[in-house]
Formats: sequence, structure tokens, C-alpha cells
Amino acid sequence: AYRTDEGQPWVLPVVKKVEQMIANDNSLNHEYLPILGLPEFRANASRIALGDDSPAIKDKRVGSVQSLGGTGALRIGAEFLRRWYNGNNNTATPVYVSTPTWENHNSVFMDAGFKDIRTYHYWDAAKRGLDLQGLLNDLEKAPEFSIFILHACAHNPTGTDPTPEQWKQIAAVMKRRNLFPFFDSAYQGFASGSLEKDAWAVRYFVSEGFELFCAQSFSKNFGLYNERVGNLTVVGKDADNVQRVLSQMEKIVRTTWSNPPSQGARIVATTLASPQLFDEWYGNVKTMADRVLLMRSELRSRLEALGTPGTWNHITEQIGMFSFTGLNPKQVEYMVKEKHIYLMASGRINMCGLTTKNLDYVAKSIHEAVTKIQ
Amino acid sequence: SSWWSHVEMGPPDPILGVTEAYKRDTNSKKMNLGVGAYRDDNGKPYVLNCVRKAEAMIASKKMDKEYLPIGGLADFTRASAELALGENSEAFKSGRYVTVQGISGTGSLRIGANFLQRFFKASRDVYLPKPSWGNHTPIFRDAGMQLQAYRYYDPKTCSLDFSGAMDDISKIPEKSIILLHACAHNPTGVDPRQEQWKELAALVKKRNLLVYFDMAYQGFASGDINRDAWAVRHFIEQGINIVLSQSFAKNMGLYGERAGAFTVICSDADEAKRVESQLKILIRPMYSNPPVNGARIASLILNTPDLRKEWLTEVKGMADRIISMRTQLVSNLKKEGSSHNWQHITDQIGMFCFTGLKPEQVERLIKEFSVYMTKDGRISVAGVTSGNVGYLAHAIHQVTK
Repeated sequence: AYRTDEGQPWVLPVVKKVEQMIANDNSLNHEYLPILGLPEFRANASRIALGDDSPAIKDKRVGSVQSLGGTGALRIGAEFLRRWYNGNNNTATPVYVSTPTWENHNSVFMDAGFKDIRTYHYWDAAKRGLDLQGLLNDLEKAPEFSIFILHACAHNPTGTDPTPEQWKQIAAVMKRRNLFPFFDSAYQGFASGSLEKDAWAVRYFVSEGFELFCAQSFSKNFGLYNERVGNLTVVGKDADNVQRVLSQMEKIVRTTWSNPPSQGARIVATTLASPQLFDEWYGNVKTMADRVLLMRSELRSRLEALGTPGTWNHITEQIGMFSFTGLNPKQVEYMVKEKHIYLMASGRINMCGLTTKNLDYVAKSIHEAVTKIQ
Repeated sequence: SSWWSHVEMGPPDPILGVTEAYKRDTNSKKMNLGVGAYRDDNGKPYVLNCVRKAEAMIASKKMDKEYLPIGGLADFTRASAELALGENSEAFKSGRYVTVQGISGTGSLRIGANFLQRFFKASRDVYLPKPSWGNHTPIFRDAGMQLQAYRYYDPKTCSLDFSGAMDDISKIPEKSIILLHACAHNPTGVDPRQEQWKELAALVKKRNLLVYFDMAYQGFASGDINRDAWAVRHFIEQGINIVLSQSFAKNMGLYGERAGAFTVICSDADEAKRVESQLKILIRPMYSNPPVNGARIASLILNTPDLRKEWLTEVKGMADRIISMRTQLVSNLKKEGSSHNWQHITDQIGMFCFTGLKPEQVERLIKEFSVYMTKDGRISVAGVTSGNVGYLAHAIHQVTK
């Protein structure tokens, strides 16, 4: 979760404002939402992902399912794919997740019934960047119709994203080999500070004519973690197909949670629908993204100034909440035990944990770990 | 071409269809008796005062929005368990239970269904009463279980077919799962009397069945939370380690906030810890962790003495209004000159009433009187007001005389 420079959770000012508006609105009640969710939320959420001028939206071939966070959106999508994709109830369709990936991806697709979950190359530890060739090879070798879970931006846990050129290559292979793109978009806006930039890959795939799913989370970019606000965006060939898909997703939702929680969706819908509140929100998002970007550049410059062995440009080239530092398990152990700095054994740090007050200490500690321990 | 060319259009939801047709109707006297939510005597949604107070308190506390634990808000789950089991319950005091927050009743049922599918290896069979809530079947089916039924409702008397139920239950294979509605059976409104519950408990214990209670109306049925939880508590006292799903949608009017809980009564606290760990493993890949808003409101109400007292009064108020509408409907039918026995309307309890009307009669009610209900003759008494009960009685009399 995001932390301020004081190391505190941050409720976005625009969220506080909108919550007050909702509290003061006596016309509102706690009645059930429709099964697929609050209509204003669904439409605005998909619009955020695909863009105001999205041709798919104009063609009315976009559907939306309000879900319990990004996880819930992934699960509804996975349950639908298991029932209806590549035949009926084809649990053998391979599902590919990146190496590494958010560990819950595996569980979501397994619990949805898929029997064959595989990995695709992604992180190159030696060069501390994307293993594009490995990724493309895996796409070439994957059985036709395989499902690929793609991180739309701010890859979790490596922070390493393909460049637009690299996305184009990925898309070309996926199109030729009939592979299904399932985007996980948990950090739109939060990663670069720009909604468009962080949605570039999703929008590119749409423009290339793909039918795809995009699981969106509003936990980070709205700071609404515990309200469970998410949206599954479905892009299809035409309105009729999308309508039928949604009617079946409705049945899946009905036996999972019946209808989604209203509070968080109302906050997001109200914000996105008002030009003024939308601008305020965008400002809040940029505040978060900028702080993380600042911590990245400050950490890197300190390491370079200290002459810490190795290269540290990956700190600023990576994006989002997490960074794969490149520290090995022994160095991580040193950080934890000797310096009381907590990071994952993989060397992953949460950039949100950095503050102007602890930057020096963290940089010095990394320097010690790298020089003392091989 | 599309990946989805072969995807069929899902069948329209029968209950939604009722509301859709109602909305299109221009008759000023129209009545929507399909609605599954409480309405006040003006036919309007009712936000409880204790809920408004709790919301104001929460707003003033300026809490953060950090993720809840996977199992939910601890103050909420503990209070939910205590509400269901009773503060003096040995199972509650000893800690030999686990309660996790669920997405209202449906989500809690689904967690339980998935848990049984994974860990109850003795049987795949879940026995539902005939009839049961329409969503029970697809929930258990999607979780990988098989559905069976036991006799429950007697359409000849519009009441409980107790001997039929006992007969069927006595033949259920050992270690099967049996689902029971704790109170205010949906859709019939027919509940066993306490004497009958005692016999049912003895029988399921003898048959060694796993008991799954669905309690969606505690407090809302009789107006008394202890009375409505009597069956649940009696079963546990008889040594039956039940599993239970609770909903706060109706009794706190928190419908869209999705506040619910799933409980497993265990042998001991250690078993409860192990069960809890497995429930979390099931929940995480569904939605990671539950929504806070409804749980916070419910928790504050249950744990703040003044609010709790106010809530008990309000929930009794809702139950009393429903009971009064039942009484008025019967007396108005008599006034209309109906010679039928309508006693089942006041014998039945909770939001729903199985009127005994046949599909042809229901169709006439819809077409000629703009009175909307489901084809099975089920009405939501919550949709009846002192302003329209006379009209309803008149309409029912016209199609049944």
C-alpha cells in the first residue's frame, strides 16, 4: 500500500470529499446494486482503461463487471474462461503467468478450475531487465489458444515493463498464434502519473483488434484498498458477443457474491463522472506517483554517489510500487538482520516504504550489503 | 470471428423479470411483491437510524482504508458469532469456532460450499429443503457439489410437511450434508416449531449428517434475535458441530454493503485455527479480502450498547410491520367475502409468503390488477403497506373466488 513521506497511509483528499458528499446525500440508501454493479461505475471504469475516444467503446463492444477488487475481476474472468473459452469447460487450456508474478495469479486460475498453469520467461536476473527473447520464445511455443496473463503496467513484483516497441512485438506473436490476452491492471495512473501512458499496452492490443479481458483495480490509484473496488473490462468483436458474455458472467457473479459492494464504487463513479473531481483525483494520483518516482531517483543517485558496486539504473527504469533491487538472499538477510530493513528474499523492495528521512540509511545499508556480502 | 460465438445468452433472471415488468406498468395501483428488500409503510426503502448513527460515528473517526485481513474485520466476526450463538454459548466462550467475514449471505454460503468441497470428503451431496432459495442450487453446484432434496413444504396445507421431512431425512445417507433455513424459510415462510426442531436435531444427529444452517433473517423473522436463532443454538447444544452462514442484508438493511459471515463450529480451538487457515486459502483467490464498509457499520452497532439496543428495537419494528401486514391481509380477505382458509398467511413468518395461488391466478393478478409476484405464488410481504393491503386482498379474492 502507498505511504506518505511520513510513512503513513494516505486517504486521498478527493476521496474524503466525495465520501462526505455521499454521507450528506439523504437520497442514497443501501439497496442492492444490480448483479453486474453500479452502471455509472462500470461505464466510467472501462472508459478510464480504454480511453475516452476508444473505438471499442464507440462500437459498443465493451462490457464491464464491477468486481471485488482486481482479484475479484481476475476470478470472474478466469471462471468465465474456464467455462466458455476454447470449447466448453476446457480446463486443459494452458494459462501462462510471468516468472515471477504476483503469487495469487496461480491460485486464482487454479481455483477457477484450470489444470495447466505454466510460466513464461520475464525477468532476466543477470541483466536486471526484461528477458524479451525468452518471453517471445515462450509465446511462439505456447499451444494455440493459450491464455496469457499480462501486467498492463508496473509489473508486480519486478517493476519492469516492456517498452511500447516490445509490446508491439508481443502483440504480433500473440495475434499470429491466437493467444488470449488477459491484462491485470492494478496500477493505472499510479505507475507513471499518466493514465494514458499506463494504459498504453491495453489500448494498443484493442487497436490491434484483439478480444481481451482487463482486470482493473482501484485499490492503489484511488487508495480504496479495503472497499474492494475493481472492474473486469471485456472487449469483444461486437456488441452481440459482449452481451452474451456478460449474461454468462452475471450467472457466475450470482453464485460468488450475488452483487458487489456499493460504497467504493459510488466514490469512484462520482469522482470520474465530474470533470472537477476527476481533475482533483488526477492530481492526487500524480502526487503518489511523483513521490515514488522521486524516491527512485534519490535512491539511485545515492547509490551511485556511494560508488556501490554494480549498476543502479534499473532503480529508475523500473516503475510502480515495487523494485527488484538485484540483492541476493544473503544480502537480503544482512539487510533484515543487521540493518532492520525489511524486504523480500527475492530482493523486492516496496518503494513506498522509502521516505526522505530514511533514504540515506537505506542507501548506506544497501552499499554495505553489496560490499560486505557476495 | 469471435471467441464467444458459441456462448449462449444466459436465461433471464425470473425475479428480475418481475421487477422489470412492474417498472414498465403504468397502472397507478401497481404493486411489486417480488422485491426481496424491506419497505416501510410508504413502500420506501428504510435506512435504519442505528445505521445512520453508526455511519456518522465512522465518518468522524477518519479511519484509513488499509486492507482488512483475509478473514475480515475481527470485531465484526466476533460479534457476528456471538449474535448467532448467544453470549452464553459454550462453543462461543471456549473459542471452538471460527468465523470469517463473507460477502453477505451469498458469499458466506459460497465460502462454506467451497470449503466443504475441498475438505468434506465423505460426501458430495447437499440436501436442500423442497423448495429452497433459488440461488442455493447454483451456488453449491458451482462449488462442485451435487444437489438432493428432502420434502419440506406441503402445498395442500401451505405449511410444513413435517412427517414427509422426517421420513426423507431418515433415509439420507450418513455423512451427507443437509441445509436448513434457521428461520423465515425462503421462499415459503414456513418454519418448524421448536418441538419439531428438537426432533429434527435428534434425527440428523442419529443419521450423522453435516448440518449447514443458512440464517439470513435473524431478528427479522419474529422480531426477537434469540428466538430466531433458537434452532441454531439448540443444534449446537445437542453436540452437532454445524456450519453457518449469516447475512446482515435484511436485519440491518445493509443490502448493498454485503455484510455477512461464515462460521464453523469445531471440536476445539486448535481445530478452529486450522480450519481458519484453510478458509483464508480459499478466500484469497476469490477476492483477496472483504469490503470494510458494511462490516464496520454492523460491528459498531453490535458492539455499542446504545446502538445495539436501538437496532433491536428497529429490527422488531420491521418484523412487527410485516406481521401486521399479514394480519391485515387475512382480515381484508375475510371482509372481501373470501371463503378460503388463509390462515397460512399469518402462520408463515418472515419476508416471504407462499400464498398457495396457482400460476394461472398469478397471471391474472399481474395482467388484470398489476400485482406482481413470482409464478410460484410467492409474495414479499415487505411490499405490502396499509395503503395497498386492501387492494391486494380485493385482487386476490377476485382471482380465487
